[in-house]
Amino acid sequence: MLQQLFKNPMALLCMGILLFTALLGIFAPWVAPNDPYANDILNKFAGPSWDYPLGTDQLGRCVFSRMLFGIRPTLFLSLLTMLGTIGLGVIMGITAGYFRGAVDEVIMRVVDVMLSFPSQIIILAVVALLGVDIRNVVIASIFIKWAWYARMIRTATIKYTNMNFVLFSRSIGSGNFYILTRHMLPCIAAELAVLASLDTGWAILNISTLSFLGLGVQAPVPEWGAMLNEAKNVMISNPEQMLVPGIAVVVLVGACNMLGDCLRDALDPKAVRQ
Amino acid sequence: MKNYVIMRLLATVPLLLGISFLCFVFINLIPSDPAEVALRIRQTPVITEELIAQTRAELGLDQPFLVRYFQWLWDCLHFDLGVSYTNPARTVLGEIGRCLPATLELAGLSLVYVIVLSLPIGFLSAVYKDTWFDRIMRGFVFATTAMPVYWVGLLLIWLISIRLDLLPTSGYGSFAHLILPAFTVALSYISTYIRLIRNNMLENMREDYVLYAQARGLKQRAILVRHILKNSLQSCVTAIGMSIPQLIAGTIVVENVFAWPGVGRLCIASIFNRDYPVIQAYVLLVGVLFVFFNLAFDILQYAADPRLRERKA
Repeated sequence: MLQQLFKNPMALLCMGILLFTALLGIFAPWVAPNDPYANDILNKFAGPSWDYPLGTDQLGRCVFSRMLFGIRPTLFLSLLTMLGTIGLGVIMGITAGYFRGAVDEVIMRVVDVMLSFPSQIIILAVVALLGVDIRNVVIASIFIKWAWYARMIRTATIKYTNMNFVLFSRSIGSGNFYILTRHMLPCIAAELAVLASLDTGWAILNISTLSFLGLGVQAPVPEWGAMLNEAKNVMISNPEQMLVPGIAVVVLVGACNMLGDCLRDALDPKAVRQ
Repeated sequence: MKNYVIMRLLATVPLLLGISFLCFVFINLIPSDPAEVALRIRQTPVITEELIAQTRAELGLDQPFLVRYFQWLWDCLHFDLGVSYTNPARTVLGEIGRCLPATLELAGLSLVYVIVLSLPIGFLSAVYKDTWFDRIMRGFVFATTAMPVYWVGLLLIWLISIRLDLLPTSGYGSFAHLILPAFTVALSYISTYIRLIRNNMLENMREDYVLYAQARGLKQRAILVRHILKNSLQSCVTAIGMSIPQLIAGTIVVENVFAWPGVGRLCIASIFNRDYPVIQAYVLLVGVLFVFFNLAFDILQYAADPRLRERKA
């Protein structure tokens, strides 16, 4: 599967974009030409120049530097969200699918309830309850999203539980934990990768949307959604402020979605035959 | 058929109980004391410990958790959702009722956009697969799934309202105010359904019945419309139907971009004002809508598709 993926130029491009963005985010303090918080009010809405590669915003802050620092909350918090979601989903899904019985019933009924709300609503409710803060957005996203993973992983686990290699492993005396981590996890890892890369795009959109609404990352901290919220106020006089953060979100989310599609193609047995 | 409907109806009962329980737990997790909040709403000048204890007994807050839950559920079934914290003169039901029509207008027109645009485009993309039309549409679908909704809204306002001055930028009133926000809500669904219909059509084209129809010498156009499209639409109609509550819930962001006075904006305002009963009612409303639309379209699909009935029987 990985070989297939590396042969696909589109997948390589997407991984390249994601890796490059992540590196830019990590090394933002060294790459950024200016302090993202330093304002220069006399020089507001300046065009691109050597000092300010992408111009300045309504307070005269360097847009390029803010973009680079904005990678941190956007990309890293969405990765954190996915890590939490997959962790919780894998634990719940495998437990339900492997042990079945009453445990399965309880977990799946909770999953049913979670899936009967649109994710956005639950996130808003949790943020309302815990208070407006980006940390709560991450918690809320994990809280709603794990149910999807739990259901998918449960189905996969049930499929593999009665396969011969698992039965063999059990007959030679392997423990539950060993079977789960050594046999089950690698089997479902591929399906997991597809869903996870598509959902990373979702998480990025989600974090930036909530920041745009003022419920996520708070004001002076650079974040793409929050930058767009500020750009909204000067839309009539300086519409170019909307471009840079918006394009950044589209490129990153597009790369995640495309990578997910490529992974799915690489996994699809029908595609392999062609 | 009858058995299936009864079974599905019975299955929604625990689901609805679960949803309502979640909403109830939600409001009980709030850090502030409801008795104290109630006193403040009544504008009691001095709040003493005694008064709080008295109010607690009066509101039934001293009763066990489950008793209170069923009490609350009973009130909800009678459409009594309590009063707003920030504005005690208004009931929650009144607030939701005031804002809901605007949201339904928005969701309704979005649904029209979704159906009118995604069906023909999806159909044509499948028929003219790999031509320039299909390529452009695939690019469009890919781009719109990666674009944040609020950004699309801002760009549309800038292009159509500010630069071209064709439509009002925001607000509520005439039909012209509705066009842009509804399109913004619809956009991501349009691309989802274009893809769904296209893929369904392409899958159906490989089926044996198509080969048989061709062997019978039917016209290509008739095969496409009468056989392939009809078979592909089934799952699409169900999917679109089930996404109606999602459309209603999905207006939140767009309502805030376009200053549309619907329940989504009410919800965001309530979050900032910590008006918990309103948020609770909104979550409950969307959850219940979700369950009912799922139920309705499940039954509809079951009634429309004889294959499903045979498989279950």
